[in-house]
This record gives sequence, structure tokens and C-alpha cells, in this order.
Amino acid sequence: MRDKAITLWNKEGTRSVVASLISILIGLLVGSILVLVMGLFTPSLGMRGAWDGIRLVFFGILSTGRDAAGELTFGFNGVNIGNMLFRAMPLILTGLSVAVAYQTGLFNIGAPGQYLMGTMATLVIALSIPAGSMPKLVIWLLAFFGGMLAGALWGCIPGLVKAFLNINEVLACIMTNWIAGNLVAAVFDGSRFRNMVETTKTGYIYKTTFGLTRVAAGTGLGGGDYTYVDGAGVATAKMGLDKLFPGSQINGGILIAILIAVLVYILMSKTTLGYQLKACGANRHAARYAGINDKRNIVLSMAIAGALAGTAAALYCLSGNTEYYWTSAYQTLPAVGFNGIPVALLAVCNPIAVIFTGCFMSMLNVVGLQMRNLTAYNEYIADVIIAVIVYFSAFSLVIKNILSGRKKRRSQASAPAAPPDPGPATAEKGGEGK
Amino acid sequence: MTFLIQQTLRYAVPLMIVALAGVFAERSGIINLALEGTMVFGAFTGVLFVRLTQALPVFAQAKAAGNWVTLQGYELLGMLVAALCGAVFSLLLSFASVNLKADQTIGGTALNLIAPALVLFLIRIIAGQNTLLIDGDAPSWFMLKNSLFGMGRTEKGNFLWETFVNKNYLATYVCILLFVVLSILLYKTRFGLRLRSCGENPQAADSLGINVYKMRYAGTTISGALAGLGGFVYALTTANCASTGEVAGFGFLALAVMIFGNWKPLNIAGASLIFGVFKCIAASYTSLDINGDGVYWLASLPISGHIYRMLPYVITLIVLAFTSKKSRAPKAEGQPYDKGQR
Repeated sequence: MRDKAITLWNKEGTRSVVASLISILIGLLVGSILVLVMGLFTPSLGMRGAWDGIRLVFFGILSTGRDAAGELTFGFNGVNIGNMLFRAMPLILTGLSVAVAYQTGLFNIGAPGQYLMGTMATLVIALSIPAGSMPKLVIWLLAFFGGMLAGALWGCIPGLVKAFLNINEVLACIMTNWIAGNLVAAVFDGSRFRNMVETTKTGYIYKTTFGLTRVAAGTGLGGGDYTYVDGAGVATAKMGLDKLFPGSQINGGILIAILIAVLVYILMSKTTLGYQLKACGANRHAARYAGINDKRNIVLSMAIAGALAGTAAALYCLSGNTEYYWTSAYQTLPAVGFNGIPVALLAVCNPIAVIFTGCFMSMLNVVGLQMRNLTAYNEYIADVIIAVIVYFSAFSLVIKNILSGRKKRRSQASAPAAPPDPGPATAEKGGEGK
Repeated sequence: MTFLIQQTLRYAVPLMIVALAGVFAERSGIINLALEGTMVFGAFTGVLFVRLTQALPVFAQAKAAGNWVTLQGYELLGMLVAALCGAVFSLLLSFASVNLKADQTIGGTALNLIAPALVLFLIRIIAGQNTLLIDGDAPSWFMLKNSLFGMGRTEKGNFLWETFVNKNYLATYVCILLFVVLSILLYKTRFGLRLRSCGENPQAADSLGINVYKMRYAGTTISGALAGLGGFVYALTTANCASTGEVAGFGFLALAVMIFGNWKPLNIAGASLIFGVFKCIAASYTSLDINGDGVYWLASLPISGHIYRMLPYVITLIVLAFTSKKSRAPKAEGQPYDKGQR
């Protein structure tokens, strides 16, 4: 038993998990301290509000609202967990996007732009094909792969300028983000995809459940033969998950996301292509010396990263209960794209671990919503916690070194049977369930 | 034309000063990706300072009496506060990247995430909405106006006066002055030479008795102060002294300006003017009357406004594509300095 614990502790992976868990813990603590300080200094919140806030920071996912006496209640909440998994779906994919690029030595901060281009392609395809002209599944597949392709093409741009013009990919990604934001708004602004049925919504695009349907000649869109009818369009199948988490937004997309994560893991760890991509990331010049086409691989890895971000957008748009909207004056970039960075970093860029960290980040999102609904705090506390976690994961390497250094010193001190602390090893098992 | 020059200056000067912030960090060997976050933080603290202190008798009376000298001093005080807070904020970056030798890109990204999240969290609690405003507006408090100099309401000065004094902010000129002084500091003094040596070859610098860690701290802290100042100046001159948790990607644009300017102050000043023009077109193409004939030529073109807003970023990419081959970044930027490595 002890031997097993020692081998587990000595594994690189274990230390990474422990380092990530320490980052998470510090993030949650900083969030709690912030909640406490704001509670003390804001009379309307007070100690009571702060205590409620801190409990929500840690256990918000299990919150079931307030009882008659105004006390917070906790328990299994199917809506929260279903929504967490629903929100995890795009986060896992953008996390994979950042992780793949990072494994190949590139920092993909362009996921928001790739995500936006995926959104545009998916919506345009899903809303342009007349319902009934082909099976719904075919329309769904076309829209899905259209989103993926658009993301891939947009991801190619930073890859190309990096490979051939030696422009820093971080800068190119940031520029393409803003270009994508304005481009998507320009395409949708004034287009026929704007939601005209629900008149309260300006600047909204139809959900994909709206289908282009043939009506009597001359009465539809612009006097044409077609108009949008709710329910005639496409949406991802629920695959029975709505029975498991009734009342939540969940659908089969989360299963697709997990499947893609496994596929990415196989691609990166078990194939020649994955090895070449990683070799380029480790040392571009050595890889070229070994006969690997470094320029092709840089473009390819950005294309894969872009495809993953585009897929995130496709699944999110096709879920049938989400709407894309833009503001006419100023285009904000989708946060889910940026949040792929913390998801990937916390997972140490391991595709399988991304599934869990994606769920963890979406859990923080749900916690933020609980804070807004149940207390006088707001949802941005979740972003603060995420940011602090990223900050600490930046020196997870240092934490890892401290962890292994402590072990080394101890084994030197009491030579043969140094009992390693089994605490972290078991904590790791408990922590992965998050 | 007057309007075009004024607006261009308003966009170019924050860009210029924040790009110089980037130069100070990178010349000392630290990639400061956190410029955007520091700007957001500086804008927030500056606006918060004005909001909290503007009810004080000394400032309220000065406002009521139209004592513009005091008000300009007040503006400078706000800039100082924003710069100090930016410097403190950037300590998070220098601590992570100098002492802990963490990945600077990730550290900077983390700060870019922390600043808007923290700022929005606080703004929502302080103001109950997503925007932190001051009491009144920035022009009525801080703008230089003809009436302040005893000119009549309808009286107009000559072209130069109308362009560079009337309806301008003192902050713009303070920033230009700072830009010149700090560029001289970086290139003509012993301190500047030492700082730059740490970004090129820290081992050699260390062997000559220069404390690399201290120099990198100095570079990043000056960088943070300038970025915080730039953030406040941006909020003051273009956003009506409001803080909303974002600065429209100015920090990243400044990074692009820095690379385009080849890490040299004069080139950066020119580059930021070019970007200022495009940013000005993007922001106010509907009301831009270039030759004064009352026709808004740009708005009359059949081009979507989104395309104009896209322009600064497209131009950046194109310009970088042409200049990046020649660009020469500081050699040791992004590499943590380890004394044991030679």
C-alpha cells in the first residue's frame, strides 16, 4: 500500500494534479476573502451576507435557494448540475483548443475569434437551408462541420503569419479576434437572420430551432416564399440527459465534447502527427533538423485549435436554446473563448484533464449566478476566482518543484523508508470528481 | 480638420504612453502582456479617486468658482493615483516572473483576466450598475475651454489655439512630456543603459555588478505606472471619465504599436499617430468632416460601420506583416533570469 502511494506520488501527473488543486484552493480562498472584505465594508451586506457569500463560493453548485426563513439551503440540485454540464460543453472544447496549441508551443489567445467565426458559419448554414429540403440530421451535420471548418480557417491566419512572416501569434490572434468580432456583426447586421418574430429582441439572431419554411407565395421574407417558423429548425438531440437533469439546458452536446476530448488525446499522444506537432513545439529548429516540416505543423496545429473552438460554437449554437446577439456600437468578445485559457492551463494541457477542469470552471459560472440570484454580490466573483487560479497556475511549475523538493529533502534525511505524505494522493482522487 | 487632429491626438497619446510602458518592461526582459489589464485597473482607480474626492470642499468650490488652475491640479492628482495603482498592480507580474520565474505570458494573461473581473465586481457593488461614473462629466471638470482664459462665448482663437488648446485636456500634454523625458531616461542615462542590458544579456549585466532582479522590477514597475496612467487618460479623454471594466483592446493595440515601432520611442510616436488616425476614423466616422464642407464623406460611403471599426486591427496585421522581418526584439525578453545559468 505504502509502495503504491510512493509510486503514485512520484509520478509527474500526480504532482501536476496536486499543484492544480493548490491553485484552485488558493483561488477559492482569495474569492472568499474578497467576499468577506466587501461584506465588512458594505453596510447592506454585513457579516451575514458575507457568510452566505462564502458558503456559496464553495458549495454554490449544491445550492437549492432559500427556505421560508431566508436561510440558504443546500442539497442535490438537478437544474444546477445540468446547467453546469451544459456550460461545460463549449468550455471543454475551447479549453482543448488552447491546450492543443500550447502543447505545440503556441499560445492560442484567438479562441474568441475562432469561436465567433464558428458561430457565424453554423448559424448561417442552419438558418439558410430550407427545412424539409433535406433530413434534419443532415442540416445539423452540415451546420456542425461548417462551424468547425470556419474556426479552422480563422485559426489558420495566425498560424500562417507566424510560420511565414514570424509575427508573434499572440498579437496576430488578438487582432483576428477583433476583426472577427466586427466581421460577424457586419454580416448579421441587416441580414435576414435577425429575429423578427419576437419584436422585443433587437440585434438577436434566430435560434436554430427556427426553420426556413415554405409558405404561400409572396407573404414571407421580403415578399418571398419563405419565412421562419419556430420548431421547424434543428437542435442537438437531448439523448435522454434531460430526464436525468430535468429543467436544465443540457443536451447531447456534452457527450460529443467528451468524445472529442478523447479523440484529441489519442491524436496528440498516440499518433505520428501528434508527435510531430509536439516536437515542433518543443524545439522548432531541432524538429526541422529531424526532417519535420515545421511551418506546415505550426499552421496545422493552429487549424486544429481553431477547429476545436469553432466546434464549441457550433455545439453551443445548435443546442436550440441559445441565441446569438451583438451590440451595434461595440462588439464584445465571447468570454467562453478566453475562459478556454484557464481551463487548459489548470489541466496542464492534458486533453482528458480538460474535461474535468472544464466542468470545474462551468461550476464556478453557476456559482456566480447563484451569488447574483441569492445574495447582493454579483457574478463577477466567479471571474475573479478563475483569474486568481490562472495566476497561480502560472507558477504551478514552482509549486511542483517545491512539492518534489520537499520529498527529496525528506528522503535524504531519513534514508530508506521515508514515509510520503499520503494526504495529497487521496485528495487527488477526491478532487478529480469535480 | 481641427476635430480630426484633436480626436487623433486623444487616441494616439494613450497608445503612445502605453506602448512606452511596454518598451520599459520588454527592454528589461519581461514581456508585459498585462498592459490591457493594467490600463483597466488604472482607469478604474483614477475614476474612483475622482468620484470619492470630488465632493471635498477644496475641489467642489474650485469647480463652482471656475478656478481652473486647481482643477488642472486635481486632474494631475488623479493621474498620479492611477499611475501609483498601476505600478502596484504590476508588482503581481514582476513577483511572478522575476521571483518565481513563472511563464510571463500566462502571468500577464492572468492579470488581464483579474483586472476586468475585479473591477466589474467592485463597480457593481459600489455603483449598482456596470459603469462607474463621476458626478458630472469629464469636460465640465477638466477640459480646457476658451471661457477659462477669459475669452467670450463666441470668440474664437486662431487655428493653432483652437486645435491644440481649446477643448483639449492638459493630460494629453503631460503624457507627451513624460514620453519625452522617459525616452531620454531610457536611452541617455546610466540607469537606462543598465535596464536595457538586462533585456539583452542579463548574464553579462550581472557579471558587471548590475542587479538584474532589481532592474527587471524597475522596468516592470515603471511599465505598470505608465499603463495605469494611460488607462486613466484614455478613460478621461475618450470615455468621459467613466470606467466600464474595459479599454477596447487599447493595451493590445499598444503592444502592436510597440512591435511596429521596433521598441524605439521615435518610431513608436509615429506608429501611434497612424493608429490614432484609424482609431479616430473608426470611432467617429459618422461625424468626421475632413475638409469642412459639411459633408460627412466617410459616412456617406456604402460601407458598414463595422468595417471602419475593424480597420485599426486589419491595418495592424498588414503593417506587422511588412515590418516583422526587420523587427528586433530585446534578446532576453520572456526568459526568466536564473543566476545559475551562464
